[in-house]
Amino acid sequence: MLADSSLITAGMLIPLFPLAGFLINGLFGKYIPKSITGWLGSLSVLASFVCAVYIFYKLPSDDSLHIDLFNWISFSNFNIGFGLLIDPLSITMMLVVTGIGFLIHLYSIGYMHGDEGFTRFFTYLNLFIFFMLLLVMGSNYLVMFIGWEGVGLCSYLLIGFWFKNDAYNDAAKKAFVMNRIGDLGFLLGMFLMLFHFGSLDYETVTAKALLLPAGSTLIVFITLFLFVGATGKSAQIPLYTWLPDAMAGPTPVSALIHAATMVTAGIYMITRSNVIYALAPITLEVVACVGVATCLFAAIIGLMQNDIKKVLAYSTVSQLGLMFAALGLGAFSSGMFHLVTHAFFKALLFLGSGSVIHALHGEQDIRKMGGLSKYIKITFITFLIGAIAISGIPPFAGFFSKDEILAKAFEHSKAIWIILSVSSMMTAFYMFRLVYLTFFTDFRGTEETKKHIHESPATMTFPLIILAVLSVIGGLMGMPAVFGFPHKFQIYLSSVTEGSKKILEANNAGEISHSTEYLLIATAVIAAIASILYARYKYITKKEQPAEDAALAGIEKVISNKFFVDEIYETLIVKPIKVLSDLFLVLVDKLIIDLIVNASAWIVGLSGRTLRLIQNGNTGFYVFAMVFGIIVLFVLRLLI
Amino acid sequence: MKEIALNSVPHNWYLLLSTLLFCIGIMGVLFRRNAIIIMMCIELMLNSVNLLLVSFSAYSGNTDGQVFVFFIMVVAAAEVAVGLALLISVYRNLASTDIDILSKLKW
Repeated sequence: MLADSSLITAGMLIPLFPLAGFLINGLFGKYIPKSITGWLGSLSVLASFVCAVYIFYKLPSDDSLHIDLFNWISFSNFNIGFGLLIDPLSITMMLVVTGIGFLIHLYSIGYMHGDEGFTRFFTYLNLFIFFMLLLVMGSNYLVMFIGWEGVGLCSYLLIGFWFKNDAYNDAAKKAFVMNRIGDLGFLLGMFLMLFHFGSLDYETVTAKALLLPAGSTLIVFITLFLFVGATGKSAQIPLYTWLPDAMAGPTPVSALIHAATMVTAGIYMITRSNVIYALAPITLEVVACVGVATCLFAAIIGLMQNDIKKVLAYSTVSQLGLMFAALGLGAFSSGMFHLVTHAFFKALLFLGSGSVIHALHGEQDIRKMGGLSKYIKITFITFLIGAIAISGIPPFAGFFSKDEILAKAFEHSKAIWIILSVSSMMTAFYMFRLVYLTFFTDFRGTEETKKHIHESPATMTFPLIILAVLSVIGGLMGMPAVFGFPHKFQIYLSSVTEGSKKILEANNAGEISHSTEYLLIATAVIAAIASILYARYKYITKKEQPAEDAALAGIEKVISNKFFVDEIYETLIVKPIKVLSDLFLVLVDKLIIDLIVNASAWIVGLSGRTLRLIQNGNTGFYVFAMVFGIIVLFVLRLLI
Repeated sequence: MKEIALNSVPHNWYLLLSTLLFCIGIMGVLFRRNAIIIMMCIELMLNSVNLLLVSFSAYSGNTDGQVFVFFIMVVAAAEVAVGLALLISVYRNLASTDIDILSKLKW
């Protein structure tokens, strides 16, 4: 355990920089000119990134750093400290959060320019980065939970950023409430851990869990409850409907929170707990099933969406499903690798869409776009790179991470491989549908909008370019073994994932041969290219356009309406709760509680009205009362 | 000089006398309407207590009781001074010493 003091200082500074940015912008933002607050927020995250890079270079990959800050809760035999754990997994997450966070802060300086809540935006963003860093750096589940709840709060604040719009506020509330439902699961998991293991530290829980018999129900329940929390935070079935609605927030928010960082908290949590998940094969099956189902389901919905951000939102849900499928198959480092590459190209795609929206002065419907490749070249090229990356075309980043997961799926179950491959084909299709309808063919909007199309300022295009470069070369850190390269990412995380590897290898189906893997790669690439060509045929050669909502019928109508899931939830869950709460209002609130409060007030009034009659002003009576009192005291003194 | 035989008067008689005086004083305070009479009855109560204390002091040989009587006398004197000043003020305003007139301190 390395105790180099410079590393400890760097570790402590990482969450402190964004916290300082939050406090300064939050408390004194009114007095600081807007030209500075944006840069203040961005540079605080850059400072954290620099510290994270420093730790990345100095800390060996098989070592971990414990920073115990203070002893927080201790009663009877429970002892929960407040500490930070820095190991390869948390460093990976820190680099992603602060690196992409910095780029998005930079982008926001350009995107939110002129908005009256400019400083407030950066305050909230910094607070979010702080909580996210707490989440990934915590040394026990409780510190992670603080970050977990905190990012949920910041998500609410940022989705409802333009709070004067009621619909946006509803979306923010929906996100927060669904997160909370998941958090109940997380809490139950933590309670079980605390009760049976007496501690919430990662190492203690792992050690004590290894002592239990194989497949014990306790571990299954703990992991299932924690996974419920992950479904809420990472938008899996059934708690995913908040994420498309969350597109009501500003685009940088969608990029940061709902693509690169917050929604990946569930993946991080499960990877952090990989040993206890490996000890509960039933939960791994559940995780895989939910992940695969979500991946397919969201991909189908994404096929027919017409809002540029909603397509990307459903794409995020689908890709998260893919990551969870990877975790469920026991490929924890593959899931993390896809998390990192997905962060690159999904943030790129979201920021690119923000650039498009900015160029078209707020238009988000792709049916009113088209032919933008001539006008906004940088946005077009970077967006195209992002789309190629997500479709899994080599040598871009998305290919390597997806290929790993598909190979693992093929080993485990052919059915899962087929479903995931179909989802990947759909992903390629709807992404290029988006690209073709937005950037190719002719412009379908108004003449007025066409005159004002302009490329975004440098603060917005610079992050796009950086992310595009990362999307291209990001795959290099995870080259598959079949090509003869060392898998750098997997090796880096091996100290974290080896625990689960040992357990899962015991009942492993066995690796697939190299030739099978070549075949799988070829199949995936050919399928992706076929989808892209079909999209090209449909939207460029045939010049089809998405139909108006009224013209849809049958299965298309169902898909376009997102399988009516929101409506189902509304009828089955929200309405009964509203009826119940109205019932309670009349029955309990008005009848019982109001009765108690009003009655006690009435009693006090009654006694007051009665007792004041003693004050009759008659001096003789007062003297008599005094004497009477003295006599009573004497008598009591004698009796008692 | 003839010795005064204290033990010829039983102590109880002093206690009884003191209690009687005290009760007379109380009844005077409760039943009389004239403020000056009430003040005299208060003095009567105080003096009955003085008598009690002195009798105990004499019969037990302890002089603590007599010392305490001095304190009571000082307090009584001060209290009378204040009480009579109040009484004069009331009389100047109401031209009467009847306490039944003082009945405004009520709800």
